[in-house]
Amino acid sequence: MGSRPVSDDDVYLNEAVQVAAKILVVGHFAVGKTTFIGTMSEIPPLRTEERMTQAGAHVDDLMGTRGKTTTTVAMDFGRLTLSERLVLYLFGTPGQERFVQVWEDMTRGALGALILVDPERIKESFPVIDLVEHYGLPYAISVNHFDGTPTRPDAELREALDLLPETPIVTCDARDEKSSANALMALVRYLQERTR
Amino acid sequence: MTAPGEQEPQSAQLVRPYVITNGRGLPENDQFNLITLVTASEQRPPSQLDPEKRSLLELCAGGYLSVAEIAGHMGLPIGIVKVLLSDLSSDGYLITRAPAPPAQLVDVSLLQEVLDGLQARFG
Repeated sequence: MGSRPVSDDDVYLNEAVQVAAKILVVGHFAVGKTTFIGTMSEIPPLRTEERMTQAGAHVDDLMGTRGKTTTTVAMDFGRLTLSERLVLYLFGTPGQERFVQVWEDMTRGALGALILVDPERIKESFPVIDLVEHYGLPYAISVNHFDGTPTRPDAELREALDLLPETPIVTCDARDEKSSANALMALVRYLQERTR
Repeated sequence: MTAPGEQEPQSAQLVRPYVITNGRGLPENDQFNLITLVTASEQRPPSQLDPEKRSLLELCAGGYLSVAEIAGHMGLPIGIVKVLLSDLSSDGYLITRAPAPPAQLVDVSLLQEVLDGLQARFG
């Protein structure tokens, strides 16, 4: 935070860039979002922190007087120049449903979402999937796979996550550029199919 | 996978950001999206400009950046940056390029362009 690499030529976009597009990379805490964005981004990934004031989370508090709390929500993002005129931004944030403001900002104008899932912590993905669906974003599931993770059959995962038959499931290692790019391409192909 | 650098938000480190905007919230017409591309115009700012606006213009003078990148480089929340941008833009110090249309309106050619770009770069 607060760094100002103004002297670095790579900081700025190519002068000819006309169009900016956005894809979300989301998932539960520590699933690998930051790694994924860092792997794909052409600039050192950036982070912004938003201060959120919200009503107390424990609505069933018998006292009913719980005050407002202030929390900081971090949003990580990276950049990929894809052609002379097109730049793609990847945005990631933890799936915390209470931070409506951040989610509204992130989802507005997004092409779609790549939801990273840890096959060992399926249940933790439910709130994020619900959020993405709530905002009406088309999505693909990317199972973050790395050494030692047992692979699960897609059908089992599809059932556990209650996915539509057409929702793509891809396996990806967020540390690997090619593997991460493949996951993004699977999402974009799916988005194309939906527009036909 | 536990990503290095990924951690739960802990504490707010910002120094009362709304002081910077004189306590104002977001303007009614939200012309700045996270990926609106912004650069400084030719118009020279007055010498008595607020320090935050000045550093924002200095940052933008180097070329195009998205609103999110400006916030990231300046270490300010997006909401604050939008207010500063809105002021500077209405005074003519900034030039913007609008982001791609929302998902419902995205044309097939944009998606094809994204796919082609990814393939060319990583395929």
